[in-house]
Amino acid sequence: MNKMVKITIDGKTIDAEEGANLLQVARDNGFDIPGLCYYDKVSPTGACRLCLVKIKEQKGLIPSCTVKVSEGLNVTAFDEELEDVRRTIVELLISEHKLGCMTCDTASECALEDLAYRYNVTVDNLPFPVKTKYESIDDSSPVLAYDPNKCIVCGRCVKACYEIQGKGIIDFIGRGIETKIAPDLGVDWKNSACDGCGECIQACPVGALFEIPSVGKARKWEVEKIETICPYCGVGCRIEVEKKDNEIVRINGVDDGPANNGRLCVKGRFGYEYEMSNKRLRTPLIKENGKFREASWDEALTLTARKFSEIKKNYGGNSIAGLSSARCTNEENYIFQKFMRAVIGTNNVDHCARLCHASTVAGLARAFGSGAMTNSIRELEFADCILVTGSNTTETHPVIATYIKNAVLNHGAKLIVADPRKIDLVKYATLWLRQKNGTDVAWLNGIMNVILNENLHDKEFIKNRTEGFDEFRMVVENYTPERVEKITGVPKEKIIEAARIYGTAKNASIVFSMGITQHTTGTDNVLSTANLALLTGNVGKLYSGVNPLRGQNNVQGACDLGALPNVYSGYQKVTDPDIKKKFEEKWKVALDDKVGLSVVEMMNEAHKGNVKAMYIMGENPMVSDPNLNHVEEALKNLDFLVVQDIFLTETAQLADVVFPAYSSFEKSGTFTNTERRIQLLNPVLKAPEGAKEDWEIVQELALKMGYEMQYNNQSDIMEEIADVTPIYGGIHFYRLGKDGLQWPCKDENDPGTLFLHKGKFSRGLGHFSPVDYIPPAELPDKEYPYILSTGRILYHYHTGTMSRKVSVLNEYEPGPYAEISPELAAKLNLKDGEEVRITSRRGAIVTKARITARVAPDSVFIPFHFAEAAANRLTNDALDPIAKIPELKVAACKVEKM
Amino acid sequence: MKIDTILSKYEPKSENLIQILHDIQDHTEGNYLKEEDLEKVADYLKIPKSRVNGVVEFYSMFSKKPRGKYVIRLCKSPPCFVKGAFNMLDELKSQLEIDVNETTKDGLFTIETTSCLGVCDEAPVMSINNKIYGKLDSAKIKKIIENYRKGKSEI
Repeated sequence: MNKMVKITIDGKTIDAEEGANLLQVARDNGFDIPGLCYYDKVSPTGACRLCLVKIKEQKGLIPSCTVKVSEGLNVTAFDEELEDVRRTIVELLISEHKLGCMTCDTASECALEDLAYRYNVTVDNLPFPVKTKYESIDDSSPVLAYDPNKCIVCGRCVKACYEIQGKGIIDFIGRGIETKIAPDLGVDWKNSACDGCGECIQACPVGALFEIPSVGKARKWEVEKIETICPYCGVGCRIEVEKKDNEIVRINGVDDGPANNGRLCVKGRFGYEYEMSNKRLRTPLIKENGKFREASWDEALTLTARKFSEIKKNYGGNSIAGLSSARCTNEENYIFQKFMRAVIGTNNVDHCARLCHASTVAGLARAFGSGAMTNSIRELEFADCILVTGSNTTETHPVIATYIKNAVLNHGAKLIVADPRKIDLVKYATLWLRQKNGTDVAWLNGIMNVILNENLHDKEFIKNRTEGFDEFRMVVENYTPERVEKITGVPKEKIIEAARIYGTAKNASIVFSMGITQHTTGTDNVLSTANLALLTGNVGKLYSGVNPLRGQNNVQGACDLGALPNVYSGYQKVTDPDIKKKFEEKWKVALDDKVGLSVVEMMNEAHKGNVKAMYIMGENPMVSDPNLNHVEEALKNLDFLVVQDIFLTETAQLADVVFPAYSSFEKSGTFTNTERRIQLLNPVLKAPEGAKEDWEIVQELALKMGYEMQYNNQSDIMEEIADVTPIYGGIHFYRLGKDGLQWPCKDENDPGTLFLHKGKFSRGLGHFSPVDYIPPAELPDKEYPYILSTGRILYHYHTGTMSRKVSVLNEYEPGPYAEISPELAAKLNLKDGEEVRITSRRGAIVTKARITARVAPDSVFIPFHFAEAAANRLTNDALDPIAKIPELKVAACKVEKM
Repeated sequence: MKIDTILSKYEPKSENLIQILHDIQDHTEGNYLKEEDLEKVADYLKIPKSRVNGVVEFYSMFSKKPRGKYVIRLCKSPPCFVKGAFNMLDELKSQLEIDVNETTKDGLFTIETTSCLGVCDEAPVMSINNKIYGKLDSAKIKKIIENYRKGKSEI
C-alpha cells in the first residue's frame, strides 16, 4: 500500500492513499461527483467531462477521474460554475440520445436517466437542437444488440472488451455526432469475432448495449436479484440472477465475485434457458416392458431399495457400482459416496473426474502431496511467465483466460503456449510450441534439459525443498533439444527459447488441462509439469505454481468429498486401517478396505457381468465416456440401472428407474471451484413440483434400505464433512459468506489457503520423478492414418444436457462437426461444411467438416458434446496404468468424404 | 509493393499505425485500404482489428472502398465556403459527372470534401492526391482536370 496523504475536498480534509484515483476517493468520501465514462475496473478515460473539478493552483477544469491523489491537493468538487458545466453536458447528451426510456430494458438503472433527473434536463427545455435522425440497431448477434442512438460514446464497453476480457472486438468509428462503436473492421456483430460474453453490456451505463433474450421480459424494478454460483465450468463465477415469476430474466457477473471479479462468459450470462425447459423431469419413472411409466416416489424408492438389497444379498456389495456427479453439491457427493460405502458396502464409487483429471490428482499428489491448483485464479494476472499446455483456456475456462490475457496485454507477461492446435491463446503468446499429440513428456524434458545445461535451475530450492533430483537429472540429460525435436516436431530453437523464458522468469505459472491429462501417460505428463516447477523453484509462492484447470463446476468438490474408489473425503485412503476405523465409528458400519472400481473399469466389469447394478447421479456416461459402443453394451447388460438427473439424458433412457432432481439454481449447498474455493449456492428458483434434491433422494433410499440417515439440510451434511475431513475442517455454511473459503481450511479460525505448499509441501519435500517418454497407445498407421483428438468448445458444456437446450448457444454452434486441416481437405477434395465419415477401430460417426488451419495437417479434432455424432464412439479406452484415465486425446482414425 | 515489404519498413509499434496505413494506401491500386491488408496490419502491430478500423474510419484521408487514381478533395471549411467552395463542388460534379464520394467510370477521379487544408489565403482550395490547387474558378478546374487526363499534374 502506498503512503497516506492529506487532501482537501470542498473544505473537508481527507486521508487518502497517494496515487489513488481522485474521483474514486471523492466518491468514497461521500462527494457524489457525477461521471459516465469512469469505470473502476478499467483505466480512466476522461471523456465525458462530467467529473470536472477545480484544483487550487492548477488551470482550468480538470476531469477528476484522471487525477492521481497527491499530498495537499485542494479540490473544489461543487460550485455553481461546475454544476452549470455539468448540466450543459447532460443537456448535450440528452439532445443526441434517443429517449426510448418507456421501452428500454435499462430504465431505472440508467446512469443518464439519473443525471437528467438530477439536473432537471428534459427534452422540451433543451437549449440545443435535438437529434432526430436515427440509425439502425445492430441486433445481428445471437445474444446482444447495440443501439447507436442510445450510445453516449463513453468508451466503457470498448475498454471492458480489451482491458477486462482481453479481446478488443469493439472500438469507436466515425467522428463528432456520428461517432459510434463497431466490431472488428466494421462488420455486422454476427460476423465479428465477438463470442458473446456480454462484458460490454455489463459495462454500459445506459441501454445502448443490451441482452436480446431479456428484451421485454421485465422492467428493472420488477425483478428480484439473488446471487449464486454459475452452473457451468470449474471457474466458479459468482452470478447475480434477476428473476420474475420463477423465470430468469437476466444474469450479471457479481463485481466482487472472488473468482470472476464481475466477469462472465457467454454460457454464464446467457446459458440459462435449459432451466425453464419443459423437458425437465417432474416425476419418478419406472421402466416396464421397455417403456417408461410415471411412478410415485414411494413406489420408485421401494423398488430401487428392494433391487439393490437383493443384488447385494445375492452377489455382494461389490457387484454394485455408483457414479457420483461433478455437477452436484459437495454435500450430495459426500452423501452419495457414504451411501455406496456404508449402505451398499462397496468402494465402487467414481465420477467423471476419472475422465478428466484423475492423472492430475495422482501425479500432483505424488509430487507435492496435493492434487489441486496450487495457486488462485486471480494470481495468474500477475505472473511474469505463463506456460499454458493442453488447455484451450479461452473456450474451456473463458474467465480464467481473461486473466491470462490481462497478464500479457496489461502487465507485459510472457506467454508460452504448447498445443497441437492453434488455439486462441496463440495470438497472445510470445512463443508457440506445436508438439505432436502425446509427446508432452519429451518436450517438457527437453525444456528441463536446457534449463539444467544453461544453469537456470534453482539450486537453493532443489537442495532445501525437494528430493529425488539426481535420478531425475539422469533421465532428463538424455533429452537434448535435437532429440526432442525428432520426437515432438518442435524445432529445437523453440525448446531452447521456452527454457530461457520460463527459466529466467521471476515467477512462472504452469496452466494445464486435459491435453496433458487424457493420455495413457497422463500421470507422467503431470509429473513432468511438476518437475519443471520444482526445478526452477516456481511453486509454493505467490503467482508461481502448477495449475490444473478443473472442468465442471464441482469436479474439484466431488473429488475432495471422496467420490473416488480409493479415498474417503479429503483424500483419506480407504486402504489405511486408521482412516477406515475413523469412518466405521462415524458411520456405525463395517467398511471395505479394498480400492473400488474406476469409471472405465465399472463399464468393463458390467460388460463381463460382474457388476450387476449401477446407481448414476447426474452423469451421462452415454456421451462422456470413451468407446461408447462398449459403454452402451455394458449398461444394457446390467440387471438394474438407476439414474437421477434433471433431464432424461441418453444414459437415463437406458435406466430401469429414473429419479427427478433439482438443478443448481434451485438448491442450497456448496461447490468447490478449481482454485479450491468452497462457495455457497443460493436457491434462486422454485424447483419443478415432483422433483427432489439429490441428497434427499439418496437419504430416502438409505432409509428404505434400513440405514439410519437423518440430515435436515445440506448445512447438516457439511457439519459432518468438517468433522471427518481435515482439509474441510473449518468449513461451515455460516462462515462462507460471499467469498467462500479455500481449502485446506483446518479449523474454525483458519482463513483458508490462497496458494499451496508455502514453506513446506503437503507431503513434506517436493518429489522429483524421473519420467521417460512413452508413445501413445494407438498411433496412426496405414489403415487409420490420422490423429484424432477430442475436446470442448466455448458454446457447449460437457454432454450438452444443459447447453444444448439453450437456443442462443445453439445459434452459435448448432451441432457436431470435425475440424479438418486445409491440407487434409485438399487431399480428400473436401469443401467446408460437407459430410465426412470418421472411423476408428472402435466405431464410426458421420459429421460435418469444418476446414481450419487450427488443426495440424494430419490431425482431426472433434468436440465431444454432441450425442448424435458422439466423438466418444471413436475414442480409445486404453488407460493410464496409475490414474486409470483413458487416452481421449490421441486415437488413430480415417476420414472419408461421404 | 507487397504489404509484407511495406510492413517490414516499420517497427511493430502501434504508434506507426497511421504511417503504415498511408504507405499501404499509396501503394494500393484504387487508392484504398483492403480488408485483408488491415487484418495484416493488426496482426503485425498486435493490436485489435477494431482499433485499426477506428483509425481508418476517423480520418477522411483513408478509404476502405476503391477510389480513383486521383482523389480530389475540396475544402469546405468557412474561408473556402465564403469564397464559393460549393460552386466549385458543383463545377467538379458536372465536369466529372459524378457525385461526392463517387469515382468516374474510367477510374481516374474521385471527389471528396475535406476540412481546412491550411492555405486559406488561396481559398477556394482543393487537393489532388498530395498537390494543392488554390484560387479555383470554373476555368481553372476545367484545365486541371484536362491536364490530369493527359497525365500531367501541372496547370
